[in-house]
This record gives sequence, structure tokens and C-alpha cells, in this order.
Amino acid sequence: MPQLDFSTFAPQIVWLVITFVALYFLMSKVALPRISVVLENRRDRIASDLDEAQRLRAETEEVIQVYEAELAEARAKAHGIAAETREKLNAEIAVEQASVDEKIDARMAEAEAKITAMKDQAMGEVNAAAADTAEAIIRALVGGRPAKAEVAKAVAAVRSN
Amino acid sequence: MATDNETVGGAVGNGAEVEAFDPMHQFQINRLIPVDFFGIDASFTNSSLFMVVAVVLISGFNIFSMSGRALVPGRMQSVAELSYEFVANMVRTNVGSAGQKFFPFIFSLFMFVLVLNLIGMIPYTFTVTSHIIVTFALAIVIFIGVTMVGVIKHGFGFLKFFVPSGVPAALLPLLVVIEVISYLTRPISLSVRLFANMMAGHTMLKVFASFVVGLGILGGWAPLAFMVAFTGLELMIAFLQAYVFAILTCIYLNESIHLH
Repeated sequence: MPQLDFSTFAPQIVWLVITFVALYFLMSKVALPRISVVLENRRDRIASDLDEAQRLRAETEEVIQVYEAELAEARAKAHGIAAETREKLNAEIAVEQASVDEKIDARMAEAEAKITAMKDQAMGEVNAAAADTAEAIIRALVGGRPAKAEVAKAVAAVRSN
Repeated sequence: MATDNETVGGAVGNGAEVEAFDPMHQFQINRLIPVDFFGIDASFTNSSLFMVVAVVLISGFNIFSMSGRALVPGRMQSVAELSYEFVANMVRTNVGSAGQKFFPFIFSLFMFVLVLNLIGMIPYTFTVTSHIIVTFALAIVIFIGVTMVGVIKHGFGFLKFFVPSGVPAALLPLLVVIEVISYLTRPISLSVRLFANMMAGHTMLKVFASFVVGLGILGGWAPLAFMVAFTGLELMIAFLQAYVFAILTCIYLNESIHLH
């Protein structure tokens, strides 16, 4: 078994020491600091990027809040304007309607008065016609000439029954 | 000893044949450049070569894939970052914040063992972690280091580590002995686990590969199919053993920092 050949122990140990010490110094002085610097830089970069993202998000949220507040204000103002306009219009409409109603009432009253007058006149004419007719009938049936006032009185009495 | 190759096969005539079917031959250490450093044999061997290759691969991968330092990583950078995060998570969950100091060590350890295991899966390469001396050297360094961390942090209080709380006083002598033994066997279990897994897997692959050749075009398909599946399993084991090695180191470290 070559592993138990003691004459080979010395060169193996000597070169193990040389190579391992060289490797240790190369690793601890050159390679590992480089890698750790790169890893640290990356960790810092990621952390700062995350912070930046956080900050931007907070900013965005703030802007959104301001926007929403303004939007709400504008909406409230619009509501106010609409309500005001509606009220004004309602008031105008009420005034107009009142005046129109008044006019209509006046016209109606006028028309009614006219109708009443016409009716009275017509009635009067009917009475006169009835009295004339009655006088004519009486003259034809009875003869003579009845007093006009009496005929009118009788007609009025009949008509009022 | 520079000609180790020839000493294995015995007689030069059938040496090549023996080597071809010897499943342990792949673990042979060959001295590529013999070096003698003040009496210490510091030869550059095939094992050393692959250790150097692993260090070059890991460093090249982790340094050059990060050269762009891109904010959004590309493929290679992603893998480097993933391995970093993987080990960092392992240290954080098993040791906690006190373990951050040891993160470069755990990372180097994990990557070293992982890449050595994975390189070993390429044919004609050498698996450095299949040698007990390598894994044991790593384990003993971890063992001594972890013990020193405990002693520096807690002083004599570290001895409480060997005294389980909430047990009858009569049982304490026995339990302390058991605790000490289990503590001392840690480097052995840690190193043998990795070494044995690597050696067994590669030996098995070699044995089945020789079956493919031995059974030829007619019967060789069955062991070949097995080898394909087993290679997949070995890749998983290569990762798993590196992971286990690193996570046990984390657990030992945690115990000596926080005691029980």
C-alpha cells in the first residue's frame, strides 16, 4: 500500500504545508475580501433601492391623497352650484307661475262676468220675447189688448215656477 | 528513491503487467523533481503537482471570476459567490458570529479538499486526499488549532469540556475518560474518514475498470455500466466528504469556543 510508505510522508507534508499556506493567504487576503465587497455592495444597493422605492411609494400615496381631496372638494363645489341653481330656478318658476295664475284668474273672472252679463241680457230678451209672444197669443185668443206690464208680470211668474 | 516506479513491479520484465492490474498502483508517489532541503526530503512529487494545480485552480477561479466585480453576476462569478455563501452559511449556522475569524481557514480547507477530491476523478490524475498522511496532517492541524482556540478562550475552564454536566458523581471518572478518548481520536476519525472514502472509491473504480478490459467487448458492458453509475456516486462522495470535513471542523471549533 503506497499510503504506508513512510519515505513519501516528508515530501507530502512539506508540499501540503506550502500549498495550503499559499492557498490560505490567497483566499484570506485576495479572493474572499473581493467577494465580500461585491456581496456587500449588492446588499447595500438592494437596500438603498428598496428605500428609494419605499420613498417613491410614500410620495405617490401623498399625491394621490391630495388629488382625492381636491376631487372631493370640486365635487362638493359642483353639488353646491347645482343646488343653488336649482333653488334659483325653482324660485323663478314659482314667481312666474304665481303671475301667470293671477293673470289666468283675472281673465277667468272677466270672462265669467261677461258670460253672466250676456246670460242676463239673453234672459231679458227671452222674457221680452215671451211677453210679446204671450201678448200675441192673448190677442189672438182673447182679443183686446192686455196691459204690457201685466203680461210681463205673468210671464215672469210662470218662468219663475 | 527517485526510481520508485521500478521498485513496485519487482522484476522489470513483468513489471508493466503487474502495474496495469494493481488497483493500488494509482496511489504511487513519484518524485518528479527530487529536492533535499537541509536533510528533509522535499521532493516535488505527483502529489505536490496536484496540490499546486488545486491551489492554482481555486485561486484562479475565485480571483479571476470576481475580476469584473459585477453588480449582476455572470456565471463564473455566481459560482464563486455561491461557494462563498455556502461556506459562510456553514460557519454562521455551526459556529455563530465568533467563527467569522476562522471563515477564511474553513473556506480554504473546504475548497482545497473539494478540488483535490474532484481532480482525482479525472482519469490519469492523482488523488492527493487518498493518502492518510495528507488527511492526517490536515486533521492534526485542525485538532491542535481547535484545542488552542479553546485553551486561549477559556484557560483552565477548557477542562470542563471533558466533564459532562448533569451526571451522577460516581459515573464521572468513567465519563471523563471516555470524553478524553473521544476527543483524542477526533483527528484519527476525521482523517481516516476522508482518506478511506477516497482510497476505497478509486480502488473500486480501478478494479471494475480492469473487469471491463478483462471481459472484453462481449462481457465488458456490465462492469462499464456499473462504472458509469459508480463514477456519479464517487463525484457525490467527493463533494460530500469535503463538506463533512469542513462541517466537522466547524463543529469542533464551535465546541471549543462555546464549550458544550
